[in-house]
Amino acid sequence: MGAHTAVAPPHPGAGTSPGGAPAPHRPRRPRDDRKAAWLFLAPALLGFALFYAYPTVRGIYYSLTDYSLIATPDFVGGDNYSRLIGDEQFWNALQVTGYYVLVNIVSQTLLALVLATLMHRLTRSVALRAMLLVPWLVPNVTVGLLWMWLLDTNLGLVNHVLNSLGVGTTGFFTSPDWAMPSVAAVNTWAYTGYTALLLYAGMLQVPQYLYESASLDGAGEWRMFTRITLPLLRPVLSLVLVVSLIGSFQIFDTIAVTTKGGPVSATRVIYYYIYEQAFTNFHMGYASAVAVVLALILGVLTAVQMRLLRASRSDLA
Amino acid sequence: MTRIRTRVSPGRIAAWAVLVVALFATVFPFYWMVRTALTPAADLYTDSTGLVPDHPTMINFLRVLGLTSQEEAVAAGGSGAQVDFLRYLLNSVVYSGLIAVLQTLFCAMAGYAFARLRFPGRDVVFGVLVGALMVPPIFTVLPNFVLVKDLGWLNTFVGMVAPSVLMTPFAVFFLRQFFLSVPREVEEAAILDGVGPWGIFWRVVMPMTRGPLLTVGLTTTVWAWKDYLWPLLSGRDEETRVLTVALGIFQQQSPNTQPDWTGLMAGSALSVLPVLVLLILLGRRLVESLNFTGMK
Repeated sequence: MGAHTAVAPPHPGAGTSPGGAPAPHRPRRPRDDRKAAWLFLAPALLGFALFYAYPTVRGIYYSLTDYSLIATPDFVGGDNYSRLIGDEQFWNALQVTGYYVLVNIVSQTLLALVLATLMHRLTRSVALRAMLLVPWLVPNVTVGLLWMWLLDTNLGLVNHVLNSLGVGTTGFFTSPDWAMPSVAAVNTWAYTGYTALLLYAGMLQVPQYLYESASLDGAGEWRMFTRITLPLLRPVLSLVLVVSLIGSFQIFDTIAVTTKGGPVSATRVIYYYIYEQAFTNFHMGYASAVAVVLALILGVLTAVQMRLLRASRSDLA
Repeated sequence: MTRIRTRVSPGRIAAWAVLVVALFATVFPFYWMVRTALTPAADLYTDSTGLVPDHPTMINFLRVLGLTSQEEAVAAGGSGAQVDFLRYLLNSVVYSGLIAVLQTLFCAMAGYAFARLRFPGRDVVFGVLVGALMVPPIFTVLPNFVLVKDLGWLNTFVGMVAPSVLMTPFAVFFLRQFFLSVPREVEEAAILDGVGPWGIFWRVVMPMTRGPLLTVGLTTTVWAWKDYLWPLLSGRDEETRVLTVALGIFQQQSPNTQPDWTGLMAGSALSVLPVLVLLILLGRRLVESLNFTGMK
């Protein structure tokens, strides 16, 4: 697979047909690709203009207005932003999101690292990998519903098991203390297999002979992991980390199904807060201002991702 | 070497044990989903813990598929609201199919133009387009909703797929990489035969990059299949309601204080079924596509 990810060398400046090529009866196309190129690009450019560029400008404009979705936007300047500073719900949303991102990323990455290493050292089975991928393939809505049922206070299997162990039941999604850890655990369940497979793919790029010679030198598995796997995996690992980070900042579906931001704002993450402001409270302008803040955070992360993407490709290809 | 590999050490056993536990934790919840879907709603309070239901039944599947009369559905624990998951399933297939096919095609065309055709301003245009990666979905969702609403496209498939069929920056970026690695000689031979750019794209380049194209198509299908927020905003109506949205609405229509768990699990199982078929048909491809995408 490595060869596919290689970045091809940049084009030489000249056109494809060398100037001295024997001229056939028809004149060589002087590489006038202009017309063809714009035709090839037309759909993508239209899509970019209509659904990326225009809405970006629009979104920034809305963030400077009072807009209820029904009446026309009313320009208010920086009001939304100054309101934002004093908005406890906004800070709470940032805090809750940070907490979620932290818990989710740490647990997901550590578990995935363990799983990937075990797979890498034990088996190449595609069937096993396919099974680990299933939770990621399933809609988050389904995952949310499934775990709401498993964690249900009265009839859920988990509480039944806890009960029979004498631990006592917990209202996982209904307790302010447990709701966020529960959501984080559910999403860790949903994404760990996928993350593990990405890390596993990275491990496959590590030359096998390193392990063989290390093993001949009498190195144990732990030593091979810390001295070979981990250092050589670093570019892939950091890319995967950033990608998961960007993903977890945007948690929405699971919250919408399981807790709806509650109980008492315990799980009102920033994405859900934006959604509520825009479509429940009809504060489109204010929601846009919050979205601008989130966009700034994610923009930085995405820039890092793009850098890592290029770096990891050239390192491992 | 073989001796080392086959040697059974306590460490190896422990490692396998951890893998088996992980696999069990991954698969068992799905078993429980199906198990609940096969339980009569009336039994839920008395029979919700055994490995198999005492009185297995298909009624929950039938009622969420809209194949029972309303009275039968209510008797089986439904709310009486009309549900037709067969239709939502179909809507989901149309939604993700349209997005996957068209987005892959249009992004391939753009990626090819950026990789191979020469035109003034190419690098600038490419930079701007890929710069759109920096704009997170939530930010464009709000204005896109207003746009689609203003165009009168709410609750139509056109409006639902419009923001994603034409392009997504990542796919353009990703496919361009592959077109760059196609040997130029192949195209040059076709150019000598007088084939134009369109012919080269379709008959030479596309067949050579079938693998990456399938990868993009598959990941896009999965992404669209899982999609919730956008179809919730743009296609809530019965005619365009996709599975994820239908499950959310169904959840809120519970007849009593408890959600209609047996019906919900039947509907949930239906949302997993097509994914399983995809995995069985294209499992190797799907799993291996992660080896080089990694970022969707």
